[in-house]
Amino acid sequence: MSSGVYVAGAGALSAIGHSYATSFLALENSTHGIRPLSLLSSIYSGTLPVGEVKLSNEQLAAQAGLAKPITRTALLGIHAAREAIVDSGLDIKKWRTGFISATTVGGMDRTEVFFPDFLKDNTQGILSDVIHHGCGATTDLIAQALGITDFTTTINTACSSSANAIMLGARLIRQNKLDVVVAGGTDSLTRFTVNGFKSLMILSDELCQPFDASRKGLNLGEGAGFVVLVSSRVLQEENLKAKALLTGFANTNDAYHQTASSPDGRGSFAAMQNALTMAGLTTSEIDYINLHGTGTLNNDLSEGTAIARLFAEKIPAMSSTKSFTGHTLGACGGLEAVFSVMAIEHQCVFANLRFETTMPEVNIPPQTKFEHKTVNHVMSNSFGFGGNCSSLIFSRPSVG
Amino acid sequence: MKLYINSVGIISPSLQASGEWQLPRVDENYLTCIEPDYTQWIQPQQLRRMSRIMKMGTTAALMAVKTGASKPDAIIAGTAYGCLEDTATFLTKIIELNEEALNPTPFMQSTHNTIAAQIALLQNCQGYNQTYVHGAFSFEHALLDAGMLLTDTPAQTILTGGVDELTKAGHAIHSRFNKYRKQNTPYLISPAGDGTWAGEGAAFFMLSGANESTVAIADVHTFMASSSEQAFQQLDNFLKQNQLDTDAIDFLLTGKNGDQKNDLFYDQLIDVRFSDQAFGAYKHLCGEYSTSTAFATALAYTILKHQTVPVSVLNGSLNTPIKTLLIYNTYGPHHSLILLTV
Repeated sequence: MSSGVYVAGAGALSAIGHSYATSFLALENSTHGIRPLSLLSSIYSGTLPVGEVKLSNEQLAAQAGLAKPITRTALLGIHAAREAIVDSGLDIKKWRTGFISATTVGGMDRTEVFFPDFLKDNTQGILSDVIHHGCGATTDLIAQALGITDFTTTINTACSSSANAIMLGARLIRQNKLDVVVAGGTDSLTRFTVNGFKSLMILSDELCQPFDASRKGLNLGEGAGFVVLVSSRVLQEENLKAKALLTGFANTNDAYHQTASSPDGRGSFAAMQNALTMAGLTTSEIDYINLHGTGTLNNDLSEGTAIARLFAEKIPAMSSTKSFTGHTLGACGGLEAVFSVMAIEHQCVFANLRFETTMPEVNIPPQTKFEHKTVNHVMSNSFGFGGNCSSLIFSRPSVG
Repeated sequence: MKLYINSVGIISPSLQASGEWQLPRVDENYLTCIEPDYTQWIQPQQLRRMSRIMKMGTTAALMAVKTGASKPDAIIAGTAYGCLEDTATFLTKIIELNEEALNPTPFMQSTHNTIAAQIALLQNCQGYNQTYVHGAFSFEHALLDAGMLLTDTPAQTILTGGVDELTKAGHAIHSRFNKYRKQNTPYLISPAGDGTWAGEGAAFFMLSGANESTVAIADVHTFMASSSEQAFQQLDNFLKQNQLDTDAIDFLLTGKNGDQKNDLFYDQLIDVRFSDQAFGAYKHLCGEYSTSTAFATALAYTILKHQTVPVSVLNGSLNTPIKTLLIYNTYGPHHSLILLTV
């Protein structure tokens, strides 16, 4: 019996769809979900392009069977994680099951409601708005809704958070500490992050153009993406159908600058290389890279340079699905892992929307349209502030 | 998998000298860290840009590295709330300036992973880098991760720690949940009263799977429990897995925080499971905060290393040698166990 870690289920919620199936349809039809900000109250409402989930907190709470809304981050997470569990067809109560989520904002959406009154008078502000401020509190809410009690934790390594959540899940299974892990991430749009990225001057006021010479910055998004990871024993005993195998992963640090990536992408290069080594694959065996590809000048050049160096022999098909969903921060590693699994399940690669001109420094063109092709191995990249770099490799069950 | 503690770096509200821990002076219902001269550790130019939690976290980490024999191969941090002061600053500016012309610095520094990232930058450590943000389990899960890395590759050193800061806004909000003492008392734990003291701190450890030090973290366990019976069951299973029973615990270091409602559980724990064992408490030295178990682990390290329990920590009598020490902490339904041996 191999010590493999299998993806037995997946759930996705983002601006392009409220389920795995509808998200795939949008990716197949190259239909993005980026629109002017509407649900979140901000001075950028009606103008700033973002990937919002078009479900209100009340709708999400009703779907989750909750009497009243809790933090949106938890609501999005419950929706996607529950889909992943249903999709797996697994009775998680039978096994040692863990829940590992990632988030960068936690309950910030409610803290923002609390804070203006509190700021005027620190005896004011409704306390129920602030009790789930901590990242871990939002995860506990999701775990409670899912009925997972054996192990629960939360990771925040900025934009690489949920790739690290999936990696931790795989490690816990490989070391036989757990049998099943629901892992991924969730983040809701907040005024905190919208204004944070605005102040850093890396938001584009147009639709983002990842890996394009004329890219102007990123579009923020929100959502949640979770996978159900199982051991080979669970897979066999429960007679489950694996969507993919998680064959390689690595976490490194660029150790270059707090918010900027090194010009040669030394951290991302090492993450990709180490993941390949672990999977026992050569660069030519990667059929598709789901890029971190935020659309900022710095990230795309750094990631592109690292890819051009590492994949010098043959550049695989690659695209940034952030051109569909926007950058969902703590959720992006989870969502993009789900999209990577879709690429394997449906034997296809997705478009990098709105691409026109290659970055002159690296000259590596991304995939421009949806295409069916043989996809045996997919690499999913997630990089973040603080130099956090993570790469995951998913493989087709028949060849992994 | 044993995690050998090669060295410790700590910034806390208590002064520590050769195994003794000096009680801090308490004028309010909170304890804040006695901060060192940071310029000994970090260049003034870099210090200028750092928030207080960043200074505390990175300096505690650098202290652990400096006294250790090797450089870290990986960095793992646990922090429940991360850079809370920067978070409050940025939230305040968003409101005051109505979302316009904002300075990005507090936002950049508000993310929870900035501390582990800053340590990586200062150490030029391009290895594994991770931050756990799961409330009262944040430090424990950092230890769990370190243990998994060392299981795969014992001959490496993992810089692991826990850090949280006390801020004005944080204290004001937590106070409204009636967590803290309203009356000024010189002692926190005996006798217990209504509420606890707020606290903060940073503690980092150089951990290795290879036997360099004598003090080691033998196991870590976290669980949720809604009753004492559930908690005792988890404790029994944990000890059994480590081929121990409660008699084998030479010293029990409890997370009693002086709030009588909270401490009832510990009294029951001692009565039912540890009635013949030596025990004590630590939160009068660091206050109550989510990653206080990092402080407790540093204290446990000195207890095992010097084979003596500070007077203010010990409750009752002590049998030496102290070979096995258990830290039991609970924070609401969150329970954690850290087992140390020498």
